[in-house]
Amino acid sequence: MQGRIVGKVKRVNGPVLQISGITDAKMMELVHVSDAGIVGEIVKLNEDQATVQVYEDATGISPGDNVYGSGMSLSAELGPGLIGNIYDGIQRPLEEIRTVSGDFIGRGIDVPAISHEKLWHFVPVASPGDIVSRGFIIGKVQETERVEHRIMVPADAGEDLEIVSIADEGDYRVTDQIAMVQDKSGRAMPLTMVQHWPIRVPRPIKDHMDLGTPLVTGLRVIDTLFPLAKGGTVAIPGGFGTGKTMTQHSIAQWCDADIIVYIGCGERGNEMTDVLREFPHLVDPRTGLSLMQRTILIANTSNMPVSAREASIYTGITMAEYYRDMGYSVAIMADSTSRWAEALRELSGRMEEMPAEEGFPAYLPTRIAQFYERAGHMRTLSGNEGSVSVIGAVSPPGGDFSEPVTQHTRRFVRAFWGLDRSLASARHYPAISWLDSYSEYIDEVRRWWDGQSQGKWYENRKRIMELLQKEVRLQQIVKLVGPDALPDSQNFILEVCSLFKTAFLQQNAFDEIDRYCSIEKQIKMLSVILHYYDLGAEAISKGVPLVKIRRLQVVQDIAKMRFSVSNDNTEAIDSIELKLERSMMQLGSLYEE
Amino acid sequence: MRNDDILSSSQIDRTLLAGREYKGAFRIDGPLVYMRNTHPVGYGELVEILAPDGSVRSGQVLDTSDEAVCVQCFEGTDGLSLPGTRMHFLGEPLTLGVSEKMLGRVMNGLGKSRDGAAVPASSDERDVNGVPMNPTAREYPRDFIQTGISVIDGMMTLIQGQKLPIFSGNGMEHNQLAAQIVRQAKVRGGASDFAIVFAAMGVKYDVAKYFIDSFEETGVLGNVAMFLSLADDPSLERTITPKTALTLAEHLAFDCGKQVLVIMTDMTNYCESLREISTQRGEIPSRKGYPGYLYSNLAEIYERSGKLIGKPGSITQLPILTMPNDDISHPIPDLTGYITEGQIVFDRDMHGRGIYPPINALSSLSRLMKDGIGEGMTRDDHPHLSNQLFASYSHVQDVRNLASVIGEEELTELDHKYIEFGDYFEKKFVSQAYDEDRTIETTLDIAWDALSILPAEELQRLTDEEIAQHYKG
Repeated sequence: MQGRIVGKVKRVNGPVLQISGITDAKMMELVHVSDAGIVGEIVKLNEDQATVQVYEDATGISPGDNVYGSGMSLSAELGPGLIGNIYDGIQRPLEEIRTVSGDFIGRGIDVPAISHEKLWHFVPVASPGDIVSRGFIIGKVQETERVEHRIMVPADAGEDLEIVSIADEGDYRVTDQIAMVQDKSGRAMPLTMVQHWPIRVPRPIKDHMDLGTPLVTGLRVIDTLFPLAKGGTVAIPGGFGTGKTMTQHSIAQWCDADIIVYIGCGERGNEMTDVLREFPHLVDPRTGLSLMQRTILIANTSNMPVSAREASIYTGITMAEYYRDMGYSVAIMADSTSRWAEALRELSGRMEEMPAEEGFPAYLPTRIAQFYERAGHMRTLSGNEGSVSVIGAVSPPGGDFSEPVTQHTRRFVRAFWGLDRSLASARHYPAISWLDSYSEYIDEVRRWWDGQSQGKWYENRKRIMELLQKEVRLQQIVKLVGPDALPDSQNFILEVCSLFKTAFLQQNAFDEIDRYCSIEKQIKMLSVILHYYDLGAEAISKGVPLVKIRRLQVVQDIAKMRFSVSNDNTEAIDSIELKLERSMMQLGSLYEE
Repeated sequence: MRNDDILSSSQIDRTLLAGREYKGAFRIDGPLVYMRNTHPVGYGELVEILAPDGSVRSGQVLDTSDEAVCVQCFEGTDGLSLPGTRMHFLGEPLTLGVSEKMLGRVMNGLGKSRDGAAVPASSDERDVNGVPMNPTAREYPRDFIQTGISVIDGMMTLIQGQKLPIFSGNGMEHNQLAAQIVRQAKVRGGASDFAIVFAAMGVKYDVAKYFIDSFEETGVLGNVAMFLSLADDPSLERTITPKTALTLAEHLAFDCGKQVLVIMTDMTNYCESLREISTQRGEIPSRKGYPGYLYSNLAEIYERSGKLIGKPGSITQLPILTMPNDDISHPIPDLTGYITEGQIVFDRDMHGRGIYPPINALSSLSRLMKDGIGEGMTRDDHPHLSNQLFASYSHVQDVRNLASVIGEEELTELDHKYIEFGDYFEKKFVSQAYDEDRTIETTLDIAWDALSILPAEELQRLTDEEIAQHYKG
């Protein structure tokens, strides 16, 4: 082990070490402990002592072991080769680790995050003499069939740099020099395709922009009822078994972001394996290319070291920001932020800090806010538009939404998709409750949606939400006196709502057709269900009994259209609508005097 | 030799110091022994403690600094005195010598013999804490295990490599169910080399005896390795028992290629022991006094299951835990549910009505089921059928609630059908005898019998073809 010694271990208590004899260590500096090279980070400095949290199992570290400083903060390595990779919480590539240490993850393994050997085809887009600043795009590399990786001047490089030379089109390694720039004072700086950025610091932008486009997920309950804007933030809370992970997987698979960063933070190993095995075979409905060609995975499973779990969230969002800076819309899924908060709690406890609510440290809300604030729709330094949308799962203990992590998260997100245990028990998936959930982006995305639906979306959404609210009140009456006590007109509302739940809100993630629902299909489905309500209500007022309406064959067609009508054949819904009108007319004519 | 001398020469080979004996603890508190003025001792190192009465106990380093070392003593601190306690720090973590010959043997929580005979010699010493499996090396589990129990096979299918806990309560038949699963579990369409690793933590002798007898009756005893840390053994031993057991399981699965079924009972006692030690160390508690690291700690146990690419073996875990006061939101079942791939939940009410197994289908779940059932694995109608069972049975609960308010006579004709379906489902589908082994086909046929009570148009989760083929109404 080489490097400068910054101190010696004084005390070991799980992943938290006390270091004495500190000379020139810096706050948040990356260190290696003992000759095994265990990775850690300095989190506290006090006179000649420091506290280090280590990212690997601390077994075997003993007092007196040397601590080696690296001189830089814990940073992410950014460059071509990130896409399609799977990392642990501190951005070590798990595939590479497997070749080094076998099926189980060893300690002290030091491998670069992206291959330093692979050749990339670099195409310059700037020429010598150009004046560039930090964040400017100077070249591009086709990273995957789908993603063009734009090579940028590092975000900490400074302003007004003159390009002295730039490499010709050709194949280079990421560490090869591809350009030389010099600042006004004539100081030259070589540029490569790889850059580093400290994970706990947001990458710089030019300014924030308004939100307006929804992130289309293909899940009807989300897109139609509780939309998320690109650059927005949302929390998905739910007890175990309510389908947080399934919902996150579905969004990762089908949403229309350019890049997906999926963080498995303290979750199950098999779930990450599932993503890893499944994604390469899934085809994106928009481009026809494999989903893995736009996805970066971070897997810090629950049995991997707890401090790396704490870091995994930041590693993920730093990579997301890097692609945003190229002008992409990025969606980041964090499953689950509760595990991250628990990691904070565990580390805070080991550092013997004074706890606030339920043992969580008092700075928990600040950390949650800092994380969600890194989302947004931005004007990047190079003048492009990019966005980072954050979708954070929350796992409240006992499914109780009043616990600190859920409560504090609610303060900093603008949409909330609450998962309901009773829906999950009835296998109503996605189990997103239409009563607890909300989205503050409705007004922001209204223009976009109304443009898609000839102005109908906003009104239709409002109508169906009103019906669902009415249903709750009617259900309370039914619980007291039974359904027979209600008049047909009110029973019909129950009928329509129940149809809406099975035919629209439920979605089968394993069905070839139903798992992704296009915007056009969603609009038509909602409008045919509302049309059924209008025509039915009218017929009942004319004296048609509810049983007759319920038995219409077309009601079965509506109930099954989510499976039977494919996304490119939505005209089929128009013909269902015609059939509905005809059947209702026939039925109505039987009861006219 | 004083610490300062050592610190100045940290390059000294630690193995030289490993055998040194230290005498005189300065503090003993519950299972924790504190010792000053030692050489630099590694975190997690194994310790040999010599009591004044001559007994040798083992312990582990929990906290180490240049001032003092805190050691937890697995076999309890009874009879230790401050001046009379001697320690050897062995310079390596707690290990278990693993061997296939451990099958058929009974050991204590640390892997030492409990049945009189010597522990099989082994040259392969493994760190009992294990190392995390690389997610890229995992193979996604998808092989169906037929347990012969309808409600499990039909609605919360067990998959090879899964971790599926049983959430039970005191006095319910979780042990019977676990034993029945052990007796009946088979992988369809293939001979499989099964082995069972049984870890008992803080359970009564009778419970352990029940399992031993049950293994003996079925003639599998030679394939079972038992790690017993019974109710009267020191509580700290329980915190290491599942880790020891899983260390052997990993060897059997990934080196010997066996299909290992690990039964751990009772995880609640394990967590209580963790709480005990945490309180004694004065750590900051989180919910209900349990330590903040309970989740990570449980994960280190539960995540040691699964399959690896290119290896024939697998580890399937069946942990049993009793929910304190039948409360599923208690931290132990709650955190377990967040880590495991589903749960089998027992219901006091069904138990009271004499239904065995008293499994509440609605709160139970198997997360790996989706990839292990259907055409080619069980039967093509299985996925939709189980979905329909859940939906219909959940409606039964609504109808029952309604009936309890307005009286059963006031229900509509359809709701009466649902009540009838619910009763048939519980009495014929869920309920079965201790020794009844149903094939998956029988299970699915009974499910169709139950659903045929309902009108066909109520079965919206099933396709028309499936209804045409199987519906008997």
